[in-house]
Amino acid sequence: MSETTEGKDPDNGWREEYWKRNLRLMAILLAIWFTVSFVFWILLVEQLNQIVIAGFPLGFWFAQQGSIYVFVVLILVYAKRMDRLDIEFGVDERDQNGDRL
Amino acid sequence: MSDIQFWTLIFIFLSFTVYIGIAWRSRVKETAGFYVAGQGIPTVANGAAVAADWMSAASFISMAGLIAFLGYDGAIYLMGWTGGYVLLALLLAPYLRKWGKFTVPEFVGDRYSELVRTIAAGAAILISFTYVVGQMRGGGIVFSRFLNMPVAGGVGVAAAIIFPYAVLGGMKGITWTQVAQYTVLITAYLIPAAAISQTFTSFPIPQITFGQVLDELNALSIEFGLNSYTQPFTERPQLDIFLVTMAVMIGTAGLPHVIIRFYTTKSVRGARYSAFWALLFIALLYSTAPAVGAFAKFNILEGLGGTAVDELPDWVENWEATGLVIINPEADTIESISNRAADGADITVDNDILVLANPEIAGLPAPVVGLVAAGGMAAAMSTAAGLLLVISSSASHDFYFRRIKKGDATEREKLLVGRLAMAGAVVIAVIGGINPPAFVAQVVAFAFGLAASSFFPIIVLGIFWKRCNAKGAAAGMVSGLAFTATYMIWSLYISPGSTVFGISPEGIGTVGALVNFAVAIGVSRATPAPPAQLMEFIEEMRYPAASRRIAPPTADQAPETELGGA
Repeated sequence: MSETTEGKDPDNGWREEYWKRNLRLMAILLAIWFTVSFVFWILLVEQLNQIVIAGFPLGFWFAQQGSIYVFVVLILVYAKRMDRLDIEFGVDERDQNGDRL
Repeated sequence: MSDIQFWTLIFIFLSFTVYIGIAWRSRVKETAGFYVAGQGIPTVANGAAVAADWMSAASFISMAGLIAFLGYDGAIYLMGWTGGYVLLALLLAPYLRKWGKFTVPEFVGDRYSELVRTIAAGAAILISFTYVVGQMRGGGIVFSRFLNMPVAGGVGVAAAIIFPYAVLGGMKGITWTQVAQYTVLITAYLIPAAAISQTFTSFPIPQITFGQVLDELNALSIEFGLNSYTQPFTERPQLDIFLVTMAVMIGTAGLPHVIIRFYTTKSVRGARYSAFWALLFIALLYSTAPAVGAFAKFNILEGLGGTAVDELPDWVENWEATGLVIINPEADTIESISNRAADGADITVDNDILVLANPEIAGLPAPVVGLVAAGGMAAAMSTAAGLLLVISSSASHDFYFRRIKKGDATEREKLLVGRLAMAGAVVIAVIGGINPPAFVAQVVAFAFGLAASSFFPIIVLGIFWKRCNAKGAAAGMVSGLAFTATYMIWSLYISPGSTVFGISPEGIGTVGALVNFAVAIGVSRATPAPPAQLMEFIEEMRYPAASRRIAPPTADQAPETELGGA
């Protein structure tokens, strides 16, 4: 059945849909990435530094700590959401036993 | 032999034995094993290997010191070097893994043309070489301090260890050794950091506690004629901070020795999770570094400030011997501190020693100092090995077999040439490490700008814009590189110190990347679209499985019998 699905699939609408949803997820995550890395610590730093938590001025904290944590979470969210998307569209990778790779 | 030397020898000997043992167990017999570890590396292990590959002598030894002296603005490195992984994970890694080749130049070669491949292979070798020389040097410095050995001897020992496992095991050997090296380097980094945090604040998690010293640190810094620690934009103007951070981020995502690691996972999904594990492992060190920097600076300012020169603590004398701490002969008491000799301060402390000297400064026992030395070696060697692999694979796979043999070679021959290229790369790296060319220190800092303005735009366009063609990519890459290099050379050599809009040579890579994007898009639009067959290949790259399972979209846990012909 693979012959019928590789590129010659009569209905390739799912491809567009999958790609669109991938791009949308990417856009949201990259918007957060941009906000944390450029807006918070470069443009709004003076305002954020007025707030001090546990000795850290908030702008300084975002620059040297917070942004790193946010980046880790962004990648995890991306991987998890893409896992779900792959299954929904049946393009998740499996070995001969049907276990996810 | 002092206690410190004894423990350094013990830890370095033990850790090296482990590396060699792992390398022997994972030696390879075919080219896929040599170049991409047979694409069989588990996700978490690959993440640890990426982290070790990425965190070089610069991250381990220099970064905390750099942040200590830059203060707030040090975040350009923290953020740039971690934020780049978000771009890598979302824009590059999964797709390049799906494409499934051995090297980065190979992707652009298939996607665009042989010309683009050759340019890319040349750029990959140049960038990796400038990097690897710095690593060899870093390893040599660790040896010379802790074992009282000349730097050249240290470089030789480091190379003698890397040589067998890189040549025998290729990517497979390197990857598994890097997993062990990550463990050594992160332990060596966290233990002293936790101990110092405990001493200062009675709580061992430095990420949480270093806020407590910031107020005093600001006050002390101003007292010593330095900038307030948490004050932004003291070293660079705001626009430049923006551009440098961006250049470091997209440069990180475009560095060939990092990208290549995502070819070694089992699947596209594995590549995504590898990026997550890699950044998590990197974040452990990168979130600790600013705390180490703040504590160390506090310690130095408070411990040395106002002290008479002949009453300085022992560690100052130990490090004076290496030339990395310099006391101004005219000074009686320490009233000013700097990291640049040119400032003429009473005491000059090199960025590089903060992490290495920290256990001594904080009075930790000798075994901890030895462990830190082993950690510094692990960081330098793991990165050097990854870079050597890029050099050898680009030279053998992309130049020799493509351009000279034209694809006509047996498996044995390919493996042999791969190994010979690796051996050659090690020898050149040793020579470079012993006599570093004067330009290396500067070029390493600018390698990011060059990677940002060359690789990143054309790879992203290659994945996300099917219409991008070979002419566009070649023109984009050449103009991005030329623009960036010209500005750097102009600002550094031709008219030193001059800039346009205050953009530093480190930040120009961002503008170079924009030039690359613009030219690639413009030229592609003006020339014919890529062939339909290639368009279909690009389309295929976007979906993880080789073919779609014929199952209704709602059947999340589809039975295994409905598998497609994957």
